[in-house]
Amino acid sequence: MSAVAGVVVAVVKFLYHYIVGDDLAVAVVMILGLAATGLMVLNGINAWWLVPPLAVAMTGVSLWRRGVWH
Amino acid sequence: MTGAGVVLLTTFLAAVVEAIEMVTIVVGVGATRGYRYTLMGAAAGLVVLAVVIAVGGVALAAIPIGPLRLVIGSLLLLFGLQWYRKGIVRVAARGFAGYHGQEPHEGPPESGGFDSTAAFLAFKGVSLEGLEIAIIVVSFGASAGQLGPSIIGGAAAIVVVGAAGFALQRPLERIPRSFLQLVVGTMLTSFGTFWALEGLGVSWPQSDADIVLLLIFYALSAVTFIGLERRARLQTPEAVRT
Repeated sequence: MSAVAGVVVAVVKFLYHYIVGDDLAVAVVMILGLAATGLMVLNGINAWWLVPPLAVAMTGVSLWRRGVWH
Repeated sequence: MTGAGVVLLTTFLAAVVEAIEMVTIVVGVGATRGYRYTLMGAAAGLVVLAVVIAVGGVALAAIPIGPLRLVIGSLLLLFGLQWYRKGIVRVAARGFAGYHGQEPHEGPPESGGFDSTAAFLAFKGVSLEGLEIAIIVVSFGASAGQLGPSIIGGAAAIVVVGAAGFALQRPLERIPRSFLQLVVGTMLTSFGTFWALEGLGVSWPQSDADIVLLLIFYALSAVTFIGLERRARLQTPEAVRT
């Protein structure tokens, strides 16, 4: 049982490291951006223009939060 | 050209586009994190793909590719953004130095441990793109009643593009790791963005050509960020430690 739990914990850790990495805010905002795009598509808006600038903006935010820029 | 020839050529050209995406991911990840576990992941992807093709056969044409693209694209986008960000920071800090060891690299585990990230990335790239090639082969082949030539065209595309990727392996090893991480991060982010949005039902204005525009957009943004990072580091020398 503990071996199974160990595997589950290892998989969860891997997925967290893989998906979130070192900046939770970037992952959360990008997932929200994808969800917003999906909602717009459902409402007939071809929202290809949202995620790319959002990804760049969140990269800027993440770099800024490291404190080197200010 | 005969009907079989047309089907073979059409399938080959359509499959080449997908094969380039597949091989780009495998070679990029392999050059950055090492080929051993990358190729294991790619091989696992091919095995899964072979099983799916063997079980699904012609019914593959009915697989809804949208949800697959959404899941795999989203994962690539989120992971690609991490390498994109780290690549920007490291290129800003060290320029093109550091391939041979002094860099605190984001690399494969020391002492030969299993590199799940490399394997997982390669697995996803190969299984998704391979599945798309299989669907192209089955769709073209079945609708034209020429499944044999269609299979040959698809297989030839994988062999040709795979050989080109293999030939690029050595030159890529000479590229500094920090820069390579930025390049691969840019590619993963671009492919991830493209697939995730396609999976959501977005119609890209220029179709597949928008992958190139995404690459240019993310690359120019990276150059801007590197400039900002370098300027900030010059103003605050203590921040140079990264």
